[in-house]
Amino acid sequence: MKPAIFRYHAPKTLHEAVAVLADVAPDDGRVLAGGQSLVPIMAFRLAKPAHLVDINGIKELAQITAVDGKLRIGACVRHAAFYEPVCDGPLGKLLATVVRSIAHHPIRTRGTFCGSVAHADPASEWCTVVATLDGEVAAQSKRGQRIIAAKDYFAGIMTTVLEEDELLTEVRLPLLPADTRVGFQEFSRRAGDFALSMAVVTYRIENGKMADARVGIGGAEPYARRIVEAEAALDGKAPDAETFQAAAVAAAAAIDPLEDFNTSAEYRRDLVRAMTRRALDSAAA
Amino acid sequence: MTQGAATDDHYPSPPPSSARRVLGHAVTRIEDLPLVTGYGRYAGDINFAHQLHMRIVRSNKAHGKIISIDASAATKMPGVVAVWTNDDIADLSPIDFRADKNATGIREFRQPALANTYVRYIGDPVAAVFAEDPYVAEDAAEQVVLEIEELPVVVSASDPPGEFEPGRSSEAIVLHHSFGDIDAAFRNAHAVIELDLKTGRHSGVPLETRGAIGVYDAAKDLLELHGAAKIPHRNRETLCRMLNRGPSSLHVHESHVGGGFGIRGELYPEDLLVLVAAMRFKRPVKWIEDRHEHLMCANQGREQRHLARIAVDKDGRILGIEDEIFHDQGAYIRTHGVNVPNRTMCMMTGAYHVPAYWAKARVRLTNKTPAATYRAPGRYESTFVRSRLMDAVAAKLGLDPVEVRRRNLITADQLPYVIAFNEPGVEELEFDSGDYPALLEKALKAFRWDELQADMKHRRAAGELVGAGIAIFMEESGRGPSDNAKIKVDPDGAVELITGGASLGQGFETSMAQICAEALGVDYRRVRVIHGQTDLIDHGIGAHAARATVLTGGAVHVTATMVRAKAIEFAAELLQTPAAELDIVDGTVMRRGDEGGPSISLGDIAKRIAPGSKLLRGRDPQLAAHGWYNTDHTVFPYGVHLAVVRVDRETGKIAVERFMVAYDVGRAVNPLLIEGQLVGGCVQGLGGALSEEFVYDETGEPLSATLADYLMPTLHEVPDVEVLLTEDAPSPHHPLGLKGAGEGGINGAGGVIASAIDDALGMPGAITRLPVTPQRVRELLRKTAQQ
Ligand SMILES: Cc1cc2nc3c(=O)[nH]c(=O)nc-3n(C[C@H](O)[C@H](O)[C@H](O)COP(=O)(O)OP(=O)(O)OC[C@H]3O[C@@H](n4cnc5c(N)ncnc54)[C@H](O)[C@@H]3O)c2cc1C
Repeated sequence: MKPAIFRYHAPKTLHEAVAVLADVAPDDGRVLAGGQSLVPIMAFRLAKPAHLVDINGIKELAQITAVDGKLRIGACVRHAAFYEPVCDGPLGKLLATVVRSIAHHPIRTRGTFCGSVAHADPASEWCTVVATLDGEVAAQSKRGQRIIAAKDYFAGIMTTVLEEDELLTEVRLPLLPADTRVGFQEFSRRAGDFALSMAVVTYRIENGKMADARVGIGGAEPYARRIVEAEAALDGKAPDAETFQAAAVAAAAAIDPLEDFNTSAEYRRDLVRAMTRRALDSAAA
Repeated sequence: MTQGAATDDHYPSPPPSSARRVLGHAVTRIEDLPLVTGYGRYAGDINFAHQLHMRIVRSNKAHGKIISIDASAATKMPGVVAVWTNDDIADLSPIDFRADKNATGIREFRQPALANTYVRYIGDPVAAVFAEDPYVAEDAAEQVVLEIEELPVVVSASDPPGEFEPGRSSEAIVLHHSFGDIDAAFRNAHAVIELDLKTGRHSGVPLETRGAIGVYDAAKDLLELHGAAKIPHRNRETLCRMLNRGPSSLHVHESHVGGGFGIRGELYPEDLLVLVAAMRFKRPVKWIEDRHEHLMCANQGREQRHLARIAVDKDGRILGIEDEIFHDQGAYIRTHGVNVPNRTMCMMTGAYHVPAYWAKARVRLTNKTPAATYRAPGRYESTFVRSRLMDAVAAKLGLDPVEVRRRNLITADQLPYVIAFNEPGVEELEFDSGDYPALLEKALKAFRWDELQADMKHRRAAGELVGAGIAIFMEESGRGPSDNAKIKVDPDGAVELITGGASLGQGFETSMAQICAEALGVDYRRVRVIHGQTDLIDHGIGAHAARATVLTGGAVHVTATMVRAKAIEFAAELLQTPAAELDIVDGTVMRRGDEGGPSISLGDIAKRIAPGSKLLRGRDPQLAAHGWYNTDHTVFPYGVHLAVVRVDRETGKIAVERFMVAYDVGRAVNPLLIEGQLVGGCVQGLGGALSEEFVYDETGEPLSATLADYLMPTLHEVPDVEVLLTEDAPSPHHPLGLKGAGEGGINGAGGVIASAIDDALGMPGAITRLPVTPQRVRELLRKTAQQ
C-alpha cells in the first residue's frame, strides 16, 4: 500500500495551476485537493498518476461567497467549513446537517466539497445536494471557463464530464427561498461510512400545499439525481404522512438500484423508501 | 538459586483483595508512558543498518497451477537485490505445526513459505522481492508476471470437497468427540430439534499489522527474529525445528505489540522468509505487512456450519446433543493444526449437564485465506450453537428461555465436573470450581431482567421491535504445563522481573508487577517487567489462550516468594530478629507492626550479599531467584452475557442498546485490566455478530479486503458495556486462585445477540447465521410481511 512514484507540483495561483495541469494532464496528471479519496486509491495502486497538482496552496480557491442569489464554494473549502451554517436561511442549515454524515471529523478537516463533486462517488452527500438543488460546476482550463449544470455534469459511477485538463474551481448552489423546508436522511452501516442510500428533500408550502418539491436520491444509482416521480407525488398536496409515504414508494420504484454483495436491488429500494419518507418527515418537523 | 514448586493440587482459597496490598487492586498501568508519548517501539519502528526490504508477490487466483513466474523485469530494476520463488527455497520445510499432537494425516496440508506448483487462495505468497527500499520493492513486485492455469475453486465447506492436489481430497480430516449413549438419548426424547446454523468468517484485526525483521550475525552464527509476538519461545522451538538450528543460535524478540487476538504472533510464511533471506544475504531483512495484505493473508476464523440436534425430555432437560460441523479451514492448515474444530467440539456442551454427546467435524479446505485461532476459538462458535439450541427448546416447549437454561445448568454440588470423551487421546475437561446458577441469578438481577421484560412489553405495544437475549458459557484458561520467571533486586532496590510471558498490550507488565510486588513487598511501579526475549530466559509460555496471567503469574508468584524468603533470611541475621517476626513493606524489611524499629531495605540486602560477601557462608550471592510454576490442570472461568437490541423495521439495522458481561474470574489480579479485556472482547464479538465478515465471491475473490468493506464496530455502534465481575470461585488449582479473562467478553456475544434479535423480531429461531446484517434482517421481515 505504497503509492507508485509521482511528481509533485504545488502551484500558488489558479493561473499557474491550470497551466501545469494542461502540461501534465496528457501524462496522467491529477489534481490533489484534500487527498481523502485520491490518496487511498493511490495506496492501493488503483490509481498511479504520474503527476499530482496540489491546489491546497491556492488562496483564491479557499473562499465561500454569496453572489447573485448563489452560494459559491471554492475548490479548497473543506467539509468542516460547513459545521456552522455558511449562509443565512435554509441552505446553510441543510449543508450543516448534511456534513455530519460525511466520513469522520479528521477526514472532514482535509477533504473538500469540490473534491467530492469532482470525485463523484455515487454515495457522495455533496453530489446529492448539488443534484437535488440543480447546482452548477465551474471548470477552468487553459482553454477557458465552463459552467456546467448539475443535470449535465454526472456521467456515471465516479465519472463526470470534466476534462482531464479542467480544474473544478467552484460549485454554485442556489440560496434557497427563506420559506423552503429542507430534509436529509441517509443509511449507512456504521457512522461515517459511505451511505447505502440517502435522500435530500426540499419544498415550500403555498396555501397549505407543497410546491417546488425536490427529491434527490444518492447512493442508490451510479450518480445522484432528482426523482421527478417522487416530486410529482408531493407538489400540490398537503404535507401529511400518507403523501410522504406515496412519494417514498414512488422514489423506490423509480430508481434503477446498484447492487453489491451487501445490498440487493430489493434492499436498496427498501432503504430509498425509508430514507425518502424520513427526509420528508424531518423537513416537516 | 533455581527451584521448582511442587506440581500443584489443591491450594487453600486465597485472600480477597481487601486483605492484599496491591494484588487484586485496580491500579493504573505502568507500561503506558512510552505508548502515549510516541516512544512505543512496534515492529515498524525496528530498523537495522543496511537492512533490505521484502515485498511479497501474491497469487491473484484462488486456485491454480503455476505455469510460470517471470521476474526478469523486476530483477533488473535499480535497487532490487533478488526475487525468490519456491525454487530458491526448495529445501525449506512448510510452516510447521506448533504442537505435533494430532498431526498425523494433516501434515500434507501445511503451507509452504512460497507457493509450490499450486496456488490455493488469493494472497498466497508466490514470490518474494528483496530491495533496498520498501517503495522499490513494491514497484518491483508489480512487475513480476504470474502465469497461472486456473483450477476449480471451492469456497464453501458445505460444498462437496474438491482436490487439494491431484488425488488428495480437500476434506483434510474428520474429527470426533463423544460421550454417553447418544442413541438412547434420542430414542427416549420427548422432543428433538434440529438446526442448521452458520457462524461467519471473521477475525482479529489488530491496529498493528504483522511485521518481521530477520537479522543474522555471521560472527556468532546467531539468527534473530524481531517483531515477534504472542509466543516467542514456542515459535523459537518451531523455527529451530524447521531451520535445523539449536535453540541458543536462534533468538526471538518481542517489542511493543499493537494487539494480537490469537492471530498476530503465529508463524507465517513471511517470518520464515526474512530469516532465510537474512542468512543468505548476510543483511537484515525487514517486512511490514500492509492492511490490504493483512485482510487477505493473516489468519481468519470462525467460519463453520453446524447441523445440530438436541434431544430433550418433557421439562426441557437435555438428554443429548448431536452436531455435524463443516469447518471452513481455508487454503492450508497453519500452526494450530486442527485445534479450532477440536475446541469447538469439546466445549460445545458448555455449562450444561448433558448426558450424551456426539460430534463430528469435517475439516475442509477451501480456496480462501487460511483459518486458525481467533479470541475464544471454538467457543464463540459453540456458544452460538448451544444458545440457539436452548432458545429453540424453549420455543418448542413453550418455556421461558431463562428457565430452560436454569434447569440444565451444572450445579455447584456437581463440581468438580468431569467430561471424559470416548475418543482415545482427547483430553478430558475438569470444571474446577464455580457456581453457574448463582452467576446467572446475579447477572439477571444486575441487569434488572424482570423490569426489562415489562419495559419491553410497553415498547412493543408502541410498535418498537425490541428484544433481549441471554447466553451462558464456559471458558478455559491457564492450560499448562509450565512457566518460569527470574527476579533480581538491584542494589538501589529496583526489581527486574524476567518472564517467559508475552505482552500483546493487555496490561501484562502491570499484572506481573502486581503479583511480584505483592509477594515481595515492594511498590509495583519499581518492578521492570521483561517479556518475549528468548535470550534472557530459556522457556516461556507466551500470551495465548488466556494463559499469561495464570501460568506466568503463577511463576512470578513462586519466584517472588523465593526472593522474599531469601531477603527475610538475611534480614533476620542482619537485624538479629527471628525471621517469623519480619515483614517486607514498600521494599523495606522490618518487624511486623514495628514501623520506626530496626529495618533494612531490599536494596541494602542486595548490596550486602554481593558475590564475595562474608555474610553468604556458602549460600548463593544476589537477592535473586529463578522459579517455576507447573500444572497439569486447566482452569475454567465462566460467564453470562445479556443484551438488549432494537431493530429498525424499515432498514433492518440493529442497535445494541445494552450489553452485560457477567464473568467469574476466580481472583482478579487487576479488575481495571480485566474490565478492559471483557469490554474489548465484547466489541469484537459484536462485530462478528452484526457486521464483520470476510466475504468471498464464487471465484474466491475476497470482497472484504479493506477496512471500508470489513466493518469493525466503532464507538458509535457499541453501547457502554456493563461488566459484572465476580470472584466467587477461585481456582483450587492455582496458588492465587486465578483464572483467565482474555476471552470472556467475546465468547457469548454471537449467541446472545442472535437470541435478542429473535426476541425483538418476535420470530423464535429466525437467526441461524452470523453476522446478522441489516439486509438479512430485512429479508426476514419481508418474509413475514408477505405471509
Ligand atoms: C474513511 C473515509 C470515509 C469517507 N466517507 C465519506 C462519506 O461518507 N461521504 C463522502 O461524500 N465522502 C466520504 N469520504 C471521501 C471524502 O469526503 C473525500 O474528501 C472526498 O470524496 C474527496 O475530496 P478530496 O478533497 O479529499 O479530494 P481528493 O482525494 O484530493 O481528490 C479526489 C478526486 O477528485 C479530483 N479532484 C479533486 N479536486 C479537484 C478539483 N478541484 N478539480 C478537478 N479535480 C479534482 C482528484 O484529482 C481526484 O481524482 C470518505 C473518505 C474516507 C477516507
